[in-house]
Amino acid sequence: MSAILLQGAGAATSLSPFNSIDSSKLVAPSRSSLSVRSKRYIVAGSDGTNKSFGASSLVARRSEPLIPNAVATKADTAASSTSSKPGHELLLFEALQEGLEEEMDRDPHVCVMGEDVGHYGGSYKVTKGLADKFGDLRVLDTPICENAFTGMGIGAAMTGLRPVIEGMNMGFLLLAFNQISNNCGMLHYTSGGQFTIPVVIRGPGGVGRQLGAEHSQRLESYFQSIPGIQMVACSTPYNAKGLMKAAIRSENPVILFEHVLLYNLKETIPDEEYICNLEEAEMVRPGEHITILTYSRMRYHVMQAAKTLVNKGYDPEVIDIRSLKPFDLYTIGNSVKKTHRVLIVEECMRTGGIGASLTAAINENFHDYLDAPVMCLSSQDVPTPYAGTLEEWTVVQPAQIVTAVEQLCQ
Amino acid sequence: MALSRLSSRSNTFLKPAITALPSSIRRHVSTDSSPITIETAVPFTSHLCESPSRSVETSSEEILAFFRDMARMRRMEIAADSLYKAKLIRGFCHLYDGQEALAVGMEAAITKKDAIITSYRDHCTFIGRGGKLVDAFSELMGRKTGCSHGKGGSMHFYKKDASFYGGHGIVGAQIPLGCGLAFAQKYNKDEAVTFALYGDGAANQGQLFEALNISALWDLPAILVCENNHYGMGTATWRSAKSPAYFKRGDYVPGLKVDGMDALAVKQACKFAKEHALKNGPIILEMDTYRYHGHSMSDPGSTYRTRDEISGVRQVRDPIERVRKLLLSHDIATEKELKDMEKEIRKEVDDAVAQAKESPVPDASELFTNMYVKDCGVESFGADRKELKVTLP
Repeated sequence: MSAILLQGAGAATSLSPFNSIDSSKLVAPSRSSLSVRSKRYIVAGSDGTNKSFGASSLVARRSEPLIPNAVATKADTAASSTSSKPGHELLLFEALQEGLEEEMDRDPHVCVMGEDVGHYGGSYKVTKGLADKFGDLRVLDTPICENAFTGMGIGAAMTGLRPVIEGMNMGFLLLAFNQISNNCGMLHYTSGGQFTIPVVIRGPGGVGRQLGAEHSQRLESYFQSIPGIQMVACSTPYNAKGLMKAAIRSENPVILFEHVLLYNLKETIPDEEYICNLEEAEMVRPGEHITILTYSRMRYHVMQAAKTLVNKGYDPEVIDIRSLKPFDLYTIGNSVKKTHRVLIVEECMRTGGIGASLTAAINENFHDYLDAPVMCLSSQDVPTPYAGTLEEWTVVQPAQIVTAVEQLCQ
Repeated sequence: MALSRLSSRSNTFLKPAITALPSSIRRHVSTDSSPITIETAVPFTSHLCESPSRSVETSSEEILAFFRDMARMRRMEIAADSLYKAKLIRGFCHLYDGQEALAVGMEAAITKKDAIITSYRDHCTFIGRGGKLVDAFSELMGRKTGCSHGKGGSMHFYKKDASFYGGHGIVGAQIPLGCGLAFAQKYNKDEAVTFALYGDGAANQGQLFEALNISALWDLPAILVCENNHYGMGTATWRSAKSPAYFKRGDYVPGLKVDGMDALAVKQACKFAKEHALKNGPIILEMDTYRYHGHSMSDPGSTYRTRDEISGVRQVRDPIERVRKLLLSHDIATEKELKDMEKEIRKEVDDAVAQAKESPVPDASELFTNMYVKDCGVESFGADRKELKVTLP
């Protein structure tokens, strides 16, 4: 069901400059050599010309926008989605809010705490209106003390409350790392099962629009080793609402990763109540030639690249892994057994990222089924620069995905 | 046993009238719960609030219970010391002997609905909350029958049904948790309070002040108790804190400094704090106490303080000796009776140790239990959609 709705969202973006790239001119991404990757650059010519540029001349050439919006635009999505089933249309942040509100209605133990979630309505409007409806005790505006209010949420959860802790930006949760790692993740185990910690820790992360290094962090790689937590990443209004509801209902601590640039995605979601399985991956586009595993915003870059690839005659299978911990090795495995080639496209850093763990997991479990080494495209291991062009080069772009697929499918 | 002997013997004596001053000598029935009032040795010092009265309402039953509980805790810690040296307890073992008055005094002032959360020096607090000796020793020795099924260890004792929330290894991290417990109590309208215990070392953590700010802002029924034993591991308070008045550090939050070696003073302060917290929000209690052992079993405890200091405190301020003197001076029990009680407690502890030594270690499959809770009809699968099972060679 979800695949139908989401194809609409992914296909709606229009990307004329990229369709004209001659990808053979691009430096091929290499898994082994970091230095080769750092020299990678993107060539875009809307007039159809393709040239190889050194880094300096690319900086000079600023007339064309290099990277188009990898975010679904409004009009196209609405048209393609409403045909599939009746429902209501909303933006991703509204879907999150709807999920949160429904759960708060359903269970009086659910409360929200975070900075500016109450009267301000949430810095990304996810909690807008909730304070008026549920009151100050259930939608708590905290002072700026991530360590303390995350700890508070966990302590409250030990007694049976179900707090949803919001980090205004995921990067701020680094200040609460001790609480998340030692108390949130481990208390169920070290108490011999006496306490459960049904918290949801959520917030926007990822590289945005020139937000600077400290506000463009991707914490999934830091949190992934913490035992005892689950991590999920939402990418569409449908799975945002579903995952939010499932995370709140789960007895385990769940970290829900949202992305700053995806809050305004529009989609039609069902009217009836639904939740998404926390441990399941989502099949975005079935295919035969290659499995592309991705999550969060990179899903849209992948779908964009998929359009190009389809035009070139490839048939990629795109899976949004959604569950970052634990991996849905079942869905992934079935896909690998079918296509024998894997490309991982992620936004977190190369070193110690989700892709690194996933590569290891796939190699361990499905080695016999692979015809080519697992390739992983990640963000560069650099603090995210402020300059727009540099920032664009930090994350994986659709053109690089196309090149990688072509290389893998040779 | 000793108690029944005492009560049968004392039935022949007249029931005493209520006395106000400790100087009157009358034979009190040891199971008598008629009130006695005793003055604390040291007055309370307060910050932004009224001091509670120095006259503590208690009874012979209660004082006897103090003696018994403290003696049991002391014996348990000494037994843990020997077990650690015999390598049956491994890792870190932080002993509480010297500080027992805090655990028993607090228990006397509160109910099991009030929550307690503390740091890694949690053995005696666990016993105070109703934990069994054999559960404690089993957990220390890593056995399956331990209170955390052997998975927590010395620093992770918990007892959910008695509202004892542990047992935390990271210094100061339990303070925000404690404020969270208080928040939940306010949310659920429990009319109960939370005691969040921490040490003089943890008093310098930023999260303490963050949590204090939140608690004061939202009027949470949180009582932050600083167990000031004057040493943060090897660093004395004068070397680690610019302001040694931990009870004043709350600034806008009232505080009370209490003689932590006097179980009755602790009881009075906790009672006062509970009433305060339910009405006015957070309060800080600084308990002036002392630990005889080092920070942990790997610390001899004498490199940063003199043996004279330790023995001096033991002679002058020992909590059990103080209660013993009270019992003797009020004729609640004789020397011999107290000695017999101690012998019995020793036997009780030895039996618990023996029983714990016989307990089984956890199975290998326990490694993966209690990682996640299965719920929502949703299960966590491995690569083959089967449940993750452990097979160890």
